[in-house]
Formats: sequence, structure tokens, C-alpha cells
Amino acid sequence: MSFWDFFLQHRAEIFGATADHLLLVLIAMIVAILIGVPLGMLIVHRPALRALSLAIANIFQTIPSLALFGFLIPIPFIGGIGKRTAIVALVLYALLPILRNTYVGLTAIDPAVLEAAEAMGMTSTQILWRVRVPLSLAVILAGIRTATVITIGVATIAAAIGAGGLGAFIFRGVALVNNSLLLAGAIPAALLALLADFLLGRLERCLRVT
Amino acid sequence: MRGLGSSVYIMMVAAVLRLSIEMTGGTVEHPGSSIEFSGVSYRLNGPSDRTIVSNINLTIAHGETLVLLGRSGSGKTTLLRLVNRMLAPTSGKVLVDSRATTDWDPIHLRRGIGYVIQDAGLFPHFSVSENVGLVPKLQKWEPARIVSRVGEMLSLVGLDPTQFANRMPRELSGGQRQRVGVARALAADPPILLMDEPFGALDPVTRAELQREFKALARRLGKTIVFVTHDLHEALFLASRIVLLQTGGIVAISNPDEFLHLDHPEVQAFANSLDVAPGASA
Repeated sequence: MSFWDFFLQHRAEIFGATADHLLLVLIAMIVAILIGVPLGMLIVHRPALRALSLAIANIFQTIPSLALFGFLIPIPFIGGIGKRTAIVALVLYALLPILRNTYVGLTAIDPAVLEAAEAMGMTSTQILWRVRVPLSLAVILAGIRTATVITIGVATIAAAIGAGGLGAFIFRGVALVNNSLLLAGAIPAALLALLADFLLGRLERCLRVT
Repeated sequence: MRGLGSSVYIMMVAAVLRLSIEMTGGTVEHPGSSIEFSGVSYRLNGPSDRTIVSNINLTIAHGETLVLLGRSGSGKTTLLRLVNRMLAPTSGKVLVDSRATTDWDPIHLRRGIGYVIQDAGLFPHFSVSENVGLVPKLQKWEPARIVSRVGEMLSLVGLDPTQFANRMPRELSGGQRQRVGVARALAADPPILLMDEPFGALDPVTRAELQREFKALARRLGKTIVFVTHDLHEALFLASRIVLLQTGGIVAISNPDEFLHLDHPEVQAFANSLDVAPGASA
């Protein structure tokens, strides 16, 4: 049976899994953005917190993703089997690119512009919202884009702890040595990643200030 | 009689209302235009405990264009930044309008002091008119008043508002950017203007043009101007008084006519630079 036949036969399941996958990624990304961007703003003027939070985010990024899912299972409240644990792991994974790009974007602004802003009597809140944030949107978005692409890939592993999504096909395909099953998970995941990359890339170019 | 009484009453109420508006919302306290350095030193704290300027005593009078001249690292920019409290003195006092800068609310102090720097520091995401109108907007002027003020300021610095108001900074030449920088600094009509090598990055022809126009402008506006440069030509051309700095201290104060006749070695060093490279100043 060719892959195409397989796909046609199981398209409802594949679309269902793709939707599950997308939902997993979407929730994780929203949470990661809600944590990463404000934290990135907060650490601009707080060196101690900056070192700490960047280090922690770095550490999470270095833990192999399968191991991170595994580690979370026994932890009370956030652990266990299922989507919730998977989302926590994905958030931890997505955090570093968002946090780092937010911080870098907010601080890598032409010093002359910041000096002028301060000398004109803008408060530091005004400088943050009217100067730093608008000028760093493209860099922050680049971090979100990287994190999204990573998350779409890592989310396939979430099936290992029962979170569903496209990974379910991949794990079954590996277990049964069935290429059609494997591709039914891998191809939609790859397409999702490419699509997200393309769309966020377009948005990023719109926000770039030269 | 009753009619007269009530109209007097209304006039009185109106006067009181106007007065209270002026006292509360309408105007924010502005620094006046005198500046005084009194025994001012500024040290960088840290491992290399370095003194940037030491024991500066200087009074800058209303309406004068005082040029701080010196080599790189002589402390001239530091002195400038002490005026609008971008820096606070380590010892001594900088008085603006007879009040120490450390006693001012820095935000109010700075909004009453125009500031122009070498790279203009225009906000790249704001149009020319948004850049120029920023301080008035921070001061909560009415939008219509800001628009007319922006047009007025652009005309003042030789830019046609209809042509330039909606441009972005990246669409301007270096000279035009610097003109916008000056317009922005003047927009809220501050009594004091600080300028840190504002024309330093321009080509010689544009620089000479802007220097000429700025001199005329300065004379017309009657602001107190503190101007930092390492360019003796510029200092001689623009200054009503030149203060020469060397390694963080004042070594000479003079009007431009007599400056070159002073026999201090640093004055002579600057004078010699004229002989070697006439006109070259970058």
C-alpha cells in the first residue's frame, strides 16, 4: 500500500492528530510568550535576575527533550501522563529563544537613541514602551519564530508520554517498522514547521525598523 | 447695579480659574536659564577609581553660547551631562536656575533642557514630525498645538514641513537629520540648549552651512547654549565665550577674540592645529 493510499484512508485521523498537535504547540507557545517576553523586559535593568533566568532557561534547553518529558512525569501537580505535562515541557523548551531574543532585542538599541530618549525627559517606563519595545519587535518575533519551529518538532516526542499529536503516528511507525505510519506523522509536522516559519518570517519583516 | 455686580463676579471667577489652571495643569515647572558649576567633581567609581572632572567652577549666563573646547577625554561631555543630570556630581553642585540638579525632579529638569547629540539620536520608528513633537506630547500639549509647533520648528531649521513632516529618519541625509535633531530639542521651547558635537559627523560643506545657520538661530532665540566641540574653528565661530578643558579641569576661559592670544600651552596646542590643517577639523 502506497503512502498516498494510506493517507487517503486515514486522513480523518491524520487531520485530527494535526489539529491536536497544533493545539499543543499553540498553548505551549502562548504560555511561553506570556512568561518569556515580560521576563525579558524585567531583566533589562536587573543583572542578577538576568543571569539567573538566562542560566535556568539555558539548562532546560540542554536537557534532551525525551528526558525532559520523562523527568516531569513524577513531579506532582505539573507531572503525570498526558497533555498537561507535555505543555509544561514544551514551555520550558520554548522559553530560552523567546527570553534571550527579548532581552537582546531590548538592549541592542542604538545607544544614541536611548541617550536622546533619556535626555528628553522620558521616564524609563516610557523609554521601554515607546522606544525599546517598538524597536525590538522584529528581534522578539524572531525568537518566537525559532521557538515555534522547535516546539512543533519537539511536540512530536510528547506522544511518548501520552499527549497525542502527530508523534503518535511516528512512535507507532517506529514500533511497527511501518514507513507509511511514520510519514503520516513526520510530513504534516514538517509542513507545519515550514508554514509557521514562513508566516512568522513575513510578520517579522513587516515589523523591522531600519 | 445687580448686572454690573454679577459681571464683575464672573470676571473674578474667570481670573481665578485661569490662574489656577496656570498653576496646576497648564505649565510644568521649567528650569530657568542660568547654570552654575560650584566645586564640581565627577569620579567613576569602581576598580579604576578615575576622576573625570575635578573642581569645576563656572557660571553660564542667560543667553550666552558657551563652548566647551577640549581634546577627547578632557571631560567636556561629562560637564554637559552634569547639567541635565544624566550624571550627578560626586562632589560639589551644579545649579540650574539656582537649584542643585540633584534637587530637581530629573524628568522635569530634562524636559526643560534641549539636547542635541552627534548622531542626532532620532527615533528611527517615528516620523520627523513625531520626533520633533515628542517632548510637547510628553508635556501633554493639545494635538493641534503640537502640529503647528512642529511645522514652526521645521521651518525654523530650514526644512519645508510639507515635504519633511511625514518622512522617516532613514529617508534623510545626515545634515537633514541633524536639523531635525535641533528642531526636536527646541520644540518645547526650553530656555537651555545642550549640544554635544552636533555637527561633528557631517561633511565639511554641510557642517559649515549648519554652523552659519545655527549661529543666526542662536542669536535670534536668545537661549542659553552649552556647546561641546573639539573643533577650534567651530568654537571660535560660534562661541560668545570659550572654556578650554584639559584632563578634567578648566585651563582657560576667554572670549573668542582673545582666545588665541592666551599663552597657555594647551591653547597654543589648539592654535597650532589651525596651522597644520586649515579647515580640517574631524
